[in-house]
Amino acid sequence: MVPVPYRVVGRARETADTVTLSLEPVDQPITTPAPGQFNMLYAFGVGEVPISISGIDAGHRVRHTVRAVGAVSQALCAAEAGAMVGVRGPFGTDWGVDSAAGGDVIVIAGGIGLAPLRPVVHELLHNRRQFRRVTVLVGARSPEEIVFRGEVASWQASARITVRTTVDYATAAWKGEVGVVPTLIERVTIDPEVTTVMICGPEVMLRFTAAEVLGRGVAAERVRVSMERNMQCGVGRCGHCQLGPVLVCLNGPVLPWSRVGPLVARREL
Amino acid sequence: MAPSAPTDYHPVVLDRPGLQALIDVLVADGRRVIGPTVRDGAVIYEELTQIGELPGGWGEDQGPGHYRLRRRDDDLLFGYAVGPDSWKRFLFPPVSTTWQAEVSRDGVEVAPPSEVPRYAFIGVRACELAAIAVQDRVFVQTSYPDRDYAARREQALFVAVNCSSPATTCFCPSMGSGPRVGSGHDLALTEIPDAAGSRFLVEIGSERGAAIAARLATRDAAPADREAAAAVWSGAAAAISRALPSDGLKNVLVHNLEHPRWDTVAARCLACANCTMVCPTCFCADFREAGSLSPDHAEQHRTWASCFAVDHTQLHGGSMRWTTRSRYRQWLTHKLATWYDQFGTSGCVGCGRCIAWCPVGIDITEEVSAIRATDGLTRLPAGAAP
Repeated sequence: MVPVPYRVVGRARETADTVTLSLEPVDQPITTPAPGQFNMLYAFGVGEVPISISGIDAGHRVRHTVRAVGAVSQALCAAEAGAMVGVRGPFGTDWGVDSAAGGDVIVIAGGIGLAPLRPVVHELLHNRRQFRRVTVLVGARSPEEIVFRGEVASWQASARITVRTTVDYATAAWKGEVGVVPTLIERVTIDPEVTTVMICGPEVMLRFTAAEVLGRGVAAERVRVSMERNMQCGVGRCGHCQLGPVLVCLNGPVLPWSRVGPLVARREL
Repeated sequence: MAPSAPTDYHPVVLDRPGLQALIDVLVADGRRVIGPTVRDGAVIYEELTQIGELPGGWGEDQGPGHYRLRRRDDDLLFGYAVGPDSWKRFLFPPVSTTWQAEVSRDGVEVAPPSEVPRYAFIGVRACELAAIAVQDRVFVQTSYPDRDYAARREQALFVAVNCSSPATTCFCPSMGSGPRVGSGHDLALTEIPDAAGSRFLVEIGSERGAAIAARLATRDAAPADREAAAAVWSGAAAAISRALPSDGLKNVLVHNLEHPRWDTVAARCLACANCTMVCPTCFCADFREAGSLSPDHAEQHRTWASCFAVDHTQLHGGSMRWTTRSRYRQWLTHKLATWYDQFGTSGCVGCGRCIAWCPVGIDITEEVSAIRATDGLTRLPAGAAP
């Protein structure tokens, strides 16, 4: 499976180290992704990294939100409109938004963890009447580090869904909450029997957030998280992403907490 | 594996000149014939054209952290067990190109490499056929087959040779993978010592194998040939005493992830990755950009990787397995337990390479026995030495 050439058609800066790239196929597109899946993005001559899909747009356009933390992600973040990148994918499991229909949905994101959840919010808004209460909780280290800031504000303003934001370190202008994401959960009305929770963020945030939600009576099967591991092939044969029995690229990245919770509780598994 | 060879074909007998003729036929068919040969003090697998290149008269002494060639009393061509090489070096090469990209003003052309060698493997052991079947599950029987592996595998012809002289490190019977060749071969040879050095009982395992055998000067196997071959098979089986009892093993391991034995073994383990390099089923690989001075050329290489490397699980922020304890535990529990979850089989075929080639002589069977013997132990008693 080789990278499919895509062209950068848009580049938006999210934070000091994060940009969102809009990509269009040069010729043949990849299969249309589902919310939660990821692509392997190839910066020609630099390397390939797994990046979750932050936008599934019309005309085979996909968006990827990339944080510059290494050589490849730096090269991707530096790609200007017109530049070429390679795309392999889409890979992995999706959030299964359909299966939450008829009930409540709580979307919880920490930092850039909002990226793979953004298409979920879009789907929830698009099919709003299929769901009961929809709550989106967004946390970041500081107000400047909230990705999709304008869009989060517009979701909040639309009042079609409940949106709460929190930061670890506030600035004078900050009007949201201060504190880590799990602290937002105690203020959310949860009807555990019909609630589906989708969480993405740093692993420590996943653990504390899942614990909080489970404490409110939501079954571990209804709590889904998106896991991050070293992935180099995307198709279950490079071996790097193993988490016990789980090949995160193939069996994940979206996994129910019932499966992943006992595994991440084990140090260095 | 099936306990016996297909019975549709009758076994035939090939003499030593006939073995050379077999190699000649394979070469004439445009195959690269790979077989055992002695180099750098070990039996390794290399391209060969002459039976004189086979390790005639060589055997080996193996033990934990020990491998030495030794002269045999006889002149058997396949009188060794297994060396550090395995056939994965040819089906899943240590370094290969996954794709090449030409970047131009107009766009990018990405292409996978297309050339696939047409191999014939001579001297494949039963445990190695089992290992290839394991790698087939990893590379082919998945939702995203590896085309390069699949093509190499599809093209390759397998001339197995039954073990006559297992090493003390061998434990294939307890993994159900040997020593007798049961399936996966085109031809299976059993080397029978005789006055001329040796002759071979040839069992035919496929139509392809039958077609090759038909081009050779063979004779039907006589009862004496069959009896002599059966003696080789039973002799090999009787010579293996090491064992890794696999009943309930998966469960034992996944319930002993905090067993103190992991600390004990980690104190000895150098995390050198030798065991993963010699293992015929280990499949981990790095996919990395190959450096190029040309701005319009990019390519990705796949190289063997090891779960013993600290950066194997590197993420932004650090490694997920920063202690040797966790990396040894990953290797062993993956091989013997979670491999079942991922690929429906054990990842171990009992070839014993990881025992012999471990520089400090860590023995996978001994580690498993130690955990079994103290099942459920989660920490050392106070004051005990680690």
